[in-house]
Amino acid sequence: MSEHCDEALNQLYIYLDSELTEEHRATIEAHLRECSPCLEAFDFEAELRKVIAHRCRDRVPEELRSRIESVLHQADASSESS
Amino acid sequence: MADQAEFAKLAMIHMDALYAAALRMTRNSADAEDLVQETYLRAYRGFKGFEEGTNLRAWLYRIQTNAFINSYRAKQRRPIEEDLGEIEDLYLYKRLGSVTTSELGKSAEDALMDFTTDGEVKAALEGLPESFRLPVLLADVEGFSYKEIAEILDVPIGTVMSRLHRGRKALQKALWEFATERRLVPEGDDLAPNNVVGA
Repeated sequence: MSEHCDEALNQLYIYLDSELTEEHRATIEAHLRECSPCLEAFDFEAELRKVIAHRCRDRVPEELRSRIESVLHQADASSESS
Repeated sequence: MADQAEFAKLAMIHMDALYAAALRMTRNSADAEDLVQETYLRAYRGFKGFEEGTNLRAWLYRIQTNAFINSYRAKQRRPIEEDLGEIEDLYLYKRLGSVTTSELGKSAEDALMDFTTDGEVKAALEGLPESFRLPVLLADVEGFSYKEIAEILDVPIGTVMSRLHRGRKALQKALWEFATERRLVPEGDDLAPNNVVGA
């Protein structure tokens, strides 16, 4: 573990969140090209993020969708009549 | 009313995502349904105040988050213990990495899909205290930027970052605990890293 590793790992999430400046981003990417342990950790965290997003999907029940459409329709009608 | 027709066109496509977020927020489907319905009604009524060209998705999430905080949170037991304790960085990677490479012969990254189930990831996220759950949900599931999350939750960006950091580690710890309960990975100290802090 070099100081470059520490620095890269400290900024891992900010990097994955695409919140680093272009300059810091380039510094990290240069390090990852040379350091396979860090690259592996970054890839793992990036993959974990995808898995979390994928596993947390839900579809709105059709009944609720229809109910919301009808509630909005009523709200529309009442605002037009007032 | 032209702008209300515009609302239907623009806002309805976000309903699946808002419903999924509502489930993670309220942790039950009856409240989630009420919350999404309230969100759409509030958004519809306030649509004239929405500035065209700005971020509709973030605006809808802000309405839903406010509705959740104002209406539904009061019904639920407020999380008393907001202290997550010390959890080391790369919590899951350090554990899953040591198991997968030695036991399964594949990389930790490849093992992640097998390692998790929909139910466990949802439960792990829903198990986080609310002040950590909302930033993690908004960042990792919904993909909002720090600035957007700060606006949705009405907290400073620095707070978003520190809660995200701690919330993500707690989420990883919960995922690891689910997997060890299912005995997907061997239990026992021999496989755990030596530098576990506060586990």
